[in-house]
Amino acid sequence: MHDMSAHAVQHGAPTSFLRKHVFSLDHKVIGKQYYALALVAVFVGMFLSWLMRIHLGWGSFAIPGLHLLSKTGAPGDVMTPEYYLQLMTMHGTIMVFFVLTTAPFAAFGNFFLPIQVGAEDMPFPHFNMMSFWVTFVAFLVLVASFLVPDGPTLGGWTQYAPLSAVGSVSGPGQGLGVVLWASSIAIFCIGQLLGSLNFITTTLDMRTRGMSLMRLPLSAWAWFITSVMGLTAFAVLMPACILLILDHVAGTSFFVPSNLVINGQILPHSGGSTLLWQHLFWFFGHPEVYIAIVPGMGIVSHVLITNMRRPMLSHKVLIYSMGSLAVLSYMVYGHHMFVSGMNPYSSLAFSFPTLVITIPSAIIVLIWLGSLYGSKLRINAASLFALGFVSMFISGGISGFFLAQPSIDIMLHATYFVVGHFHLVMGVAAMFGIFAGTYFWFPKMTGRMMSEPLGKLHFWLSFVGAYCIFMPFHYLGIAGNVRRYQAFTDDYLIPLIPVHKFITIAALFTGAAQLIFLYNLIHSRFKGAPAPDNPWEGTSLEWSTATPPPHNNFGDTMPVVYHDPYQYSIEGASTDFVMQTSPEQLKNPHEEK
Amino acid sequence: MATTVHEAPKIELDRLPRTGSGNGGWRNLVPSDGDLRRIKDHSPMPASTGIWVGLASITMTFAAFTSALIVRQGGAPDWQHISLPPVLYFNTLLILASSITLELGRRDVARFMGGLRGRVASPVRWLYITLFLGVLFVAGQTFAWLELRSQGFGLSTNVSYSFFYVLTVAHALHLLGGLGGMVRVIAKLNKSVLRRSTLDATSRYWHFMGALWLYLLLLLWMKL
Repeated sequence: MHDMSAHAVQHGAPTSFLRKHVFSLDHKVIGKQYYALALVAVFVGMFLSWLMRIHLGWGSFAIPGLHLLSKTGAPGDVMTPEYYLQLMTMHGTIMVFFVLTTAPFAAFGNFFLPIQVGAEDMPFPHFNMMSFWVTFVAFLVLVASFLVPDGPTLGGWTQYAPLSAVGSVSGPGQGLGVVLWASSIAIFCIGQLLGSLNFITTTLDMRTRGMSLMRLPLSAWAWFITSVMGLTAFAVLMPACILLILDHVAGTSFFVPSNLVINGQILPHSGGSTLLWQHLFWFFGHPEVYIAIVPGMGIVSHVLITNMRRPMLSHKVLIYSMGSLAVLSYMVYGHHMFVSGMNPYSSLAFSFPTLVITIPSAIIVLIWLGSLYGSKLRINAASLFALGFVSMFISGGISGFFLAQPSIDIMLHATYFVVGHFHLVMGVAAMFGIFAGTYFWFPKMTGRMMSEPLGKLHFWLSFVGAYCIFMPFHYLGIAGNVRRYQAFTDDYLIPLIPVHKFITIAALFTGAAQLIFLYNLIHSRFKGAPAPDNPWEGTSLEWSTATPPPHNNFGDTMPVVYHDPYQYSIEGASTDFVMQTSPEQLKNPHEEK
Repeated sequence: MATTVHEAPKIELDRLPRTGSGNGGWRNLVPSDGDLRRIKDHSPMPASTGIWVGLASITMTFAAFTSALIVRQGGAPDWQHISLPPVLYFNTLLILASSITLELGRRDVARFMGGLRGRVASPVRWLYITLFLGVLFVAGQTFAWLELRSQGFGLSTNVSYSFFYVLTVAHALHLLGGLGGMVRVIAKLNKSVLRRSTLDATSRYWHFMGALWLYLLLLLWMKL
């Protein structure tokens, strides 16, 4: 056990290079490190998706140099069916864990949560540093599986047992590849648990004078709610991974049933439960969906409010709705298992809360739309991506209504309809949240502005491109196109191949558009116009400190908070925004009783 | 086992706002204009919150193991019931005793910090005994594992043994963390830099490990 009594910023400003840039205790540096990790991971994940999409559109096409990635998986630069599945698994795992969890939650949360609550740092900086480096090691362990003889695992990011638990007899990568996958995820869980510990204590205990819970910005609330989810979800996935590893390396039978015959071999395991893995995995897996999306909800709300120049219709209802999502997310996980063979009554029991969870989701969307209605929204790259988030969340969420019902899900399960659904609502929406946060907070993080024209171009290409990719997925799914097939040879699938070609072209163009973002990010980091302290005329605490913030965030004087977080367009106020730190007495503040 | 203390340990001023820090409990939530109408929150110290958050996480981990055990046992024709090694009951007494000695130690430290230095010969005496009992517990658990192995019952012999090893080893690993915390407390006390919150957090963790072991013993006794 570590010393839990460490208080914030007992560490002074670092002097050595290692302490300043590598093993930093500063939450801001750790946030940037998480962002950098997510940036590398997202381009690796996107590159893998390009390879997959090219193969799906033109199966016999030789991708120059692919054999360099794997000799056995890509003889003659054409990927084998198994290698397609291996790339798919790594794409899903990298994106879900190292991008969608890491960027909106760990990266932005680390940088801005302590500042938004008015603290000098997180209460346990050493845990915070460990959290990042443990996550980094987890990424290395996962990527290392590309280097082992038969490559990474092909079992999908869900790693369903028993095929994930029986070793290489079930295919290339199913031996050491799975062990590396499970080890990576278990290590990742440790990192996120340490991070969640810091996020929760920061929110509860590190708030500055005057910062009551309801005065926290919506982004801070979203990170707090996410950290509570992370604390409970990752604490379940980690033991599941340990049991999976033991089935591999110690010959135990947690997940492998008796008399299982694979490739003509009777396996020596006995009595294991294949459903057990699914229960444990999805108990984590569904909250994970919300771990990916709730920070985006908070970020987008924060960005929209700043650009609408007025608060949301209801600050409290939005917070309670995000909290409801967190609670309900644990009660709905069985909807991933409607066709798993579990008791049909269980399906009914899981279907009901799945439909109920659409209520807080719908409330959140209605609050966004109602607040946007009639507002004079400032159009910039951040607000455009925030609008894009809302659009993607609605589009992806609507298909959730269909999948929530077992009778329809039985038809659509494991088709491209599901792939389209979760990519829109969890993948693209969450990515748009990350982009919105990046364009919005980049000035504060680096001291420089990003290019707005490039940002807007990036948005429109991404917005149109994402719909071109993922809306046709729904059509493919309804037509019965099964997911995880590397080639479409059945009679009913062959007419769908042109759709796949269209999707592939759209994916290549949309992916290329992300290079505009990368250029903008790197160029602006060094050559961007210097950023003022409050470029967007925001009210929360991150805008009341210097750009970029000093080591202890606020310099010599800690801020005192006088107002609710979003005091825009206040009648009688000297400007159209009143910062939380402004002692100005307001006649009619935005305040919920 | 005795220790020399040359100066009074730094006593944490519990719950007092710290100058210049964002932390400090609910008093820091009061705006300087004195407007208390909206202020209803109460924030304890991060160490106190942090340890509870950590314990919640550990609880979830063992809840996951427990549910795995129940599901796995439910439909398993291959489940073998096993007799728990008798040394486990002795180990249980050790960990219970260690909680008592820890509380005695805390009492001594509190007296020592409270100015009754002359009446407390060595404030770390009971903490050393606690540490010793903890080490003895881990040694006893190791003895139980070796005993089972010598009888031919390994991790993969049957899934009931698998769960036995997984649960007891996971608990022992967490307890080793507690031992590390105890060593740290003693070292800080010896250097006169112990914070009360460090001792409190470590104590909570230690007692939780004891309670967790009682739960696991009951689970193993009932289910295996």
